[in-house]
Amino acid sequence: MSWLDRALGRSKPAAPDLDQLFAVPDAALTLESAIGIHPTGLGSVSFRAAEGGAFASLTDDVQALLDADEGPKVERSVDQFGYTWLLVRREPDDIPGLVTDLHAINSTLQDHGFGPSLLCSLIGFRTPADAPFGLVYLYKRGTFYPFAPTTDQQRDNALELQVRGQLANDLRVEPDLARWFPVWGAPGL
Amino acid sequence: MARSRYLPDRGLTARMVFTMFLLGLLFVVLGAVLVRYLGALGLILIAGFLVAQWFFSDRVALYSMGGKEVSPQEAPELHAMVDRLCALADMPKPKVAIADTDVPNAFATGRSPQRAVVCATTGIMRRLTPAELEGVLSHELSHVAHRDVTVMTIASFVGVLAGFLTRIALFSGMGNRRGNDNGTPIVLIITLVSVVVYALSFLLTRALSRYRELAADRAGATLTGQPSALASALVKISGEMSRIPSRDLRQVEPFNAFFFTPAVAPGFSLSSLFSTHPPIERRLEQLSRISAQLGGPG
Repeated sequence: MSWLDRALGRSKPAAPDLDQLFAVPDAALTLESAIGIHPTGLGSVSFRAAEGGAFASLTDDVQALLDADEGPKVERSVDQFGYTWLLVRREPDDIPGLVTDLHAINSTLQDHGFGPSLLCSLIGFRTPADAPFGLVYLYKRGTFYPFAPTTDQQRDNALELQVRGQLANDLRVEPDLARWFPVWGAPGL
Repeated sequence: MARSRYLPDRGLTARMVFTMFLLGLLFVVLGAVLVRYLGALGLILIAGFLVAQWFFSDRVALYSMGGKEVSPQEAPELHAMVDRLCALADMPKPKVAIADTDVPNAFATGRSPQRAVVCATTGIMRRLTPAELEGVLSHELSHVAHRDVTVMTIASFVGVLAGFLTRIALFSGMGNRRGNDNGTPIVLIITLVSVVVYALSFLLTRALSRYRELAADRAGATLTGQPSALASALVKISGEMSRIPSRDLRQVEPFNAFFFTPAVAPGFSLSSLFSTHPPIERRLEQLSRISAQLGGPG
């Protein structure tokens, strides 16, 4: 936002960066070989549904579009904070296909003028200890961060920082740790 | 290319620019008088006072509201809401505070987005649904994004200066310092100019504050995509807010006593001119327009 926009109080909604998501397949290979974290084939897109009919019918369209092929259906859910999650299932080794599906969701929203509503995207993994692990993509920053929940709303920060070090060459990791917000119980974990 | 559903309000921007222009004009007038008769020292003193107020705005406001910073463990829900709104808006996460009072209120302060604090009272968290509270928080985060503390501090500069000058001119005999033998007492000129400037700047900063509120409503509602939730929060707390004298900690008012007889045409609501916040009808009307924009055919 320019200083003029700030001075005049007309902040523009932040536009999402959709392209960085395609760095995920390489990063998944790195995670598998370096730390033994393997993908589950689950991925989800989270967005803040705007009120009104336009957004509701758009969400239906996206879901129908992805359900048109054979294979598991897209699952829609709304979390306790009012954000909608679309969960996509693929074979665990089909990360490129998963990313393509996620991209179809976010680009459809973008094309209909709702790009600013996109919150984050999550790609599900499992750690060697069989704990859930998520790679979260922040649309507005174009960056990723690791999310390793353990029991009782605690995070395995050591593992998260280890992953940050491993992935530095494959994708853009969010440098501001304050933006690594937790997504407890998110679909796809 | 998709057209954006998030349209700016050109009329609001134009009114804001005009108000800022008038404030700047007042500053030039007053500054000229001041430098002509007093020298630049007074100007520097007052600027220093305002800079200090701006610099410590986060602590001052938190202290005066009795707010206490809370960690994510203490208030997970509130933090989660702010986390998500900041990710949507692409802004750094401010500190989160809670004030233990039953007054339904929330405010944001701090000199920059990096040093900002967002504070909600226990009263507002108890009364509002999560969606409504989210609307209020996104309104407050928009104040942070627009740097309203800085804008209003600069805007109130003229008023503080004029108030200060009037006080000095009235209570000290400084008018005698320079040549007083040409018929017009300098103290009278300074007093008159200051009073007029103070009156005008008071009205202008209040107008500017109302425009900033509307801008924050607009930005907040488009951020969550839920203008109606914010509208419902406004309706819910407006009845109780009206009993609270003023929630605005950004403005410095040296004294209000000069303000009983402003030159206002009859039939014009006085309270609407003095208020730091726009009337609720005005805010609701804007929110319903945004709602129509979001829900209409793309």
